[in-house]
Amino acid sequence: MITGIGKTTINLFQNLSAVLRLLFDILYWMILGPFKGKVASRQGIFNQMVFTGLRSASIVFFVTIFTGIVLAMQSAYQLQKMGAVLYVASLVAVSLCRELGPVLTALVVAGRVGSAFAAELGTMKVSEQIEALETMAINPVRFLAVPRFIALFFMLPCLTILGNLSGMIGGYLVGVYSLNINSDLYIQTTFKYLEIKDIYTGITKSFVFAVIIALIGCFEGLNTKGGAEGVGRATTRSVVISFILIILADCVVTSIFYFSKL
Amino acid sequence: MTKKDSKNEPIIRLSNVSKYFHGNKTIDNVSFDVFPGETFVIMGCSGSGKSTLLRLMTGILKPDEGSIFVKGKDISAIGAEELDNVRKSFGMLFQYSALLDSLTVEENVALPLHEHTRLAQEIIDIIIKMKLSLVGLRGYEKYYPSQISGGMRKRVGLARAIALDPDIVFYDEPTSGLDPVVGGVIDKLIKELSEKLLITSVVITHDMQSVFNISDRVAMVHKGKIVDVVTPDMLRNTQNPYIQQFINGRPTGPIDFFKEDIGIGEVFGL
Repeated sequence: MITGIGKTTINLFQNLSAVLRLLFDILYWMILGPFKGKVASRQGIFNQMVFTGLRSASIVFFVTIFTGIVLAMQSAYQLQKMGAVLYVASLVAVSLCRELGPVLTALVVAGRVGSAFAAELGTMKVSEQIEALETMAINPVRFLAVPRFIALFFMLPCLTILGNLSGMIGGYLVGVYSLNINSDLYIQTTFKYLEIKDIYTGITKSFVFAVIIALIGCFEGLNTKGGAEGVGRATTRSVVISFILIILADCVVTSIFYFSKL
Repeated sequence: MTKKDSKNEPIIRLSNVSKYFHGNKTIDNVSFDVFPGETFVIMGCSGSGKSTLLRLMTGILKPDEGSIFVKGKDISAIGAEELDNVRKSFGMLFQYSALLDSLTVEENVALPLHEHTRLAQEIIDIIIKMKLSLVGLRGYEKYYPSQISGGMRKRVGLARAIALDPDIVFYDEPTSGLDPVVGGVIDKLIKELSEKLLITSVVITHDMQSVFNISDRVAMVHKGKIVDVVTPDMLRNTQNPYIQQFINGRPTGPIDFFKEDIGIGEVFGL
């Protein structure tokens, strides 16, 4: 059993160092690539932005609007007992912007985009396409990982803002049409207790989540081994690992904000 | 001057190259030279190590022992950037073509040009047309790899391999999985490229028809070792038992596929 634990630990550290090396490679090509005349293609970045951002917008919208509705109903149930139903508005807004918006959006995107990265790059790996790029002296990290990384890094915060807004719309629907709060009053209460730091802490988180999703998706894809089964395994692993790391990073980032009183 | 004039410097030289996988010696102390302009065929059974040899020559794998010179540079010892410079001077045709699925035929052929040259799009368009007509595929520019047949994909792969006018083209089983006619077309293309463009070709294959059609010299690989290097004429009359068995496709001989004979006792667990 002890050898088992030892092996797992060694494996974990090997994988960790490989992931960090990939991150280093991506940053190297992002920052130093342009000086060497090797820029990631603008068309490639644009295509990935459409795929990761625009095409994910509808699913993010639906997931967060229903979360907003549920959140409003559940908090109304509690707040009614204290006669403070009005505060549903601020509760929904703050909890969405600080926590639920970024995390739910990241989880949805990890399931949709991270898995697609792993599956696409994994298929390319097992069908020798990555090897073909290497023999053509085209660095696969620069050609494939960098556009995906850049696209997700900028699109996930945008999706998070969309998620925050649609969640608040969900809360508004419950507040105004079910709890009979006056529409103006609801909006006023929403913004009365929502501070600017609630928004930027959430957005900061989404940048961290974007790095995690892009990195794990590309890493699992580029390290796929063994045929169709390997692609399936890489896809599953990318989603599972991203989910765990997103929740872990959420905890870490939240505690940093919490203890540093930001 | 013959193609393999001894005064010519070899364009590829392997000296005492060995490669291990999981403790097994997959490539065992291999040395050979490939001269400019010749078509050098490496043949052998599946698992004999011929694909590993190809990956060593293209720099995808590093040898554990020995050195590999491509155009005078020791590719086992140089850095990534210099290796990329050497790689720009060769092309490779993969066994399953390895075209990028997300790009069209013309984008696939244009990829090395876009990446490694600063040519204007109009010039690149002309080069694509030239390369595609060389492999007989004009008119298929806008198709995706999934929309064309296996033989056509191979030809697009070949057009991509020669897009940068390389000195050397590596072929990984160019005719495997194709019908005899398309296989013959590919053989003809390989021969034409080496004759018209003076490209050095290194071909990995186990297709005997193809070996006789295209080769200037043939190396037989078995269990990671070079058994013999001969010309195709010598191939027919060789006394080498390995080559004889391989050419005639006999199941028994020095090339054995079974680790050891299973005794009848073992079958019944005695």
